[in-house]
Amino acid sequence: MSISDPARVTATPAAREAVLRLRSELGGPVMFMQSGGCCEGSTPLCLRDGELLVGGRDVLLGTIEGSPFYIDDRLDTAWGRPSFVLDVAPGPAEGFSLDLAGRLHFVTRPADGGTGR
Amino acid sequence: MKYVPPGRPGSVVTVEPRYENFIGGKWIAPTHGKYRVDLTPATAKPITEIPDSTPEDVELALDAAHAAKDAWGETSTAGRAEVLNAIADAIEENKEMLAVAESWENGKPVRETLAADIPLVIDHFRYFASAIRAEEGRSTEIDKDTVAYHFREPLGVVGQIIPFNFPLLMAAWKLAPALAAGNCSVMKPASPTPWSILKLMEVIEDVAPAGIVNIVNGPGAEIGKALATSPRIAKIGFTGETVTGRLIMQYAAQNIIPSTLELGGKSPNIFFSDVMAADDDFLDKAVEGLVLYAFNKGEVCTCPSRALIQSDIYDEFIARCLARIAAIRQGDPLDTETMIGPQVSAQQLEKITSYVDIGRKEGAEVLIGGSRAAMAGELADGYYFEPTVLKGENKMRVFQEEIFGPVLAVTTFDTEDEALDIANDTLYGLGAGVWSRDGNRAYRMGRKIKAGRVWTNCYHLYPAGAAFGGYKISGVGRETHLMMLDHYSQTKNLLVSYSPKPLGFF
Repeated sequence: MSISDPARVTATPAAREAVLRLRSELGGPVMFMQSGGCCEGSTPLCLRDGELLVGGRDVLLGTIEGSPFYIDDRLDTAWGRPSFVLDVAPGPAEGFSLDLAGRLHFVTRPADGGTGR
Repeated sequence: MKYVPPGRPGSVVTVEPRYENFIGGKWIAPTHGKYRVDLTPATAKPITEIPDSTPEDVELALDAAHAAKDAWGETSTAGRAEVLNAIADAIEENKEMLAVAESWENGKPVRETLAADIPLVIDHFRYFASAIRAEEGRSTEIDKDTVAYHFREPLGVVGQIIPFNFPLLMAAWKLAPALAAGNCSVMKPASPTPWSILKLMEVIEDVAPAGIVNIVNGPGAEIGKALATSPRIAKIGFTGETVTGRLIMQYAAQNIIPSTLELGGKSPNIFFSDVMAADDDFLDKAVEGLVLYAFNKGEVCTCPSRALIQSDIYDEFIARCLARIAAIRQGDPLDTETMIGPQVSAQQLEKITSYVDIGRKEGAEVLIGGSRAAMAGELADGYYFEPTVLKGENKMRVFQEEIFGPVLAVTTFDTEDEALDIANDTLYGLGAGVWSRDGNRAYRMGRKIKAGRVWTNCYHLYPAGAAFGGYKISGVGRETHLMMLDHYSQTKNLLVSYSPKPLGFF
């Protein structure tokens, strides 16, 4: 069971459309886990829903087109519990994250055009 | 001097229009015939085409590794050491070519690949060639007639996934111990740097027995996952970011195999007042020690990205550092005068830009840099970011998140205890730096900082023979040391009775 702290993630129309397209491509929902840094980090990892086991220290920040968005509670605390906007950017995803045919990948931006706090 | 870019007339690096996967000692086209373009971040222009492989290709590589594993595992340690040394020699003969190829693909300055990356690659193979010769099993006399023999046995076929920041060195860190211990590897390079390792395979293909090393390129979501979840690997080694590390551990748990992980960091670099007790070589070294955050354009898991400076020297010390940072020459990675090249990809550049904006909005003061670096001519489209310093406090996001770029977050402290609190106030624990002329204090700090390596009066040295790995969420396991042989071996115990007498139970 995760911790629920909804309404801390929103999405741009382009990100919503990308989630829907990915859902129909995969025939099922996806999930997002905000990552914390290093080589391919600081991005939301987009995975098939259920791919990553969600634990008691993961915080559910909201749902985008039926796809849950989580962050590790320790990361969330260290970052000061920011709010995020899910968006897309050109180019393939890095690491294990799903993308849209290598052309678009998901990114998160701070909400309110600021630090997200 | 300036090296000619790979593929152009006069370059030390030849480039084919297209490369294949390296499987079973042969160059094998991807099953589905799909390729993607590999760019140089220096100009954002194509270098070549690389396989966009699928899980079928991972299976082919696993077939080849399994076919090779018995013969390789049974090769004497002297025989394996001979192969590792031959690999090291072949790399040494092609040092300049590999340095230029890696620099062009990753963007790191060729002065770094010539002086650090490639020499370390060579040395890692030689180190593990030596280490495996000196390995011994242990035996224990349990009682006068019973002996426990312990033998090291190879795991078999291992999966290894490496990052983009040191494409060849990270390959060497993982391949050298795995091969020394008698394993065969299927390796997936990072998507932004798939090509330079194929140049490395060209160099070693004649000296490495077929199938002991297999390289498959393609998207992580497809082939990284196919490799990490395969029931045909006996171990997974991964270097990369933390959520993926968690996913790797989960996959390993499902197959009940071991995993070793080297993940992120936000390393503190601590400067005590006494570094300024004299204006000498040591002070000069400490100033450079701070500026090392820009090494490899900050794309290092152990980047000393948080500088903690004792308050009473802050003004003078940071002034010296900023002058040194202002003198950093940024530009063409193939120019030996260049000290900082482009970030590896547009994605990295975008993240770094976003973090600096977050820092500004949090109230951090930009002491230098802060923007994408404008470059002229061919380099205009490259992914260059100015060496940047943000002043703020440790609770800010820019002090807590790993930016993976040339961005330093700097703050001050008054006492040793405060320095320790700030240093340990992070989720990570990979590296740290302590600078002081007082050896007792440096030792105390080093022992109390929760990080796998504390560089003391130095930074960014990566010699074979010094164990490297993380505390906290920075990872599990250690590399670059002979203890790595444990991570790539099974222990076989033969428990032997030399007594003719029955136990007497039945």
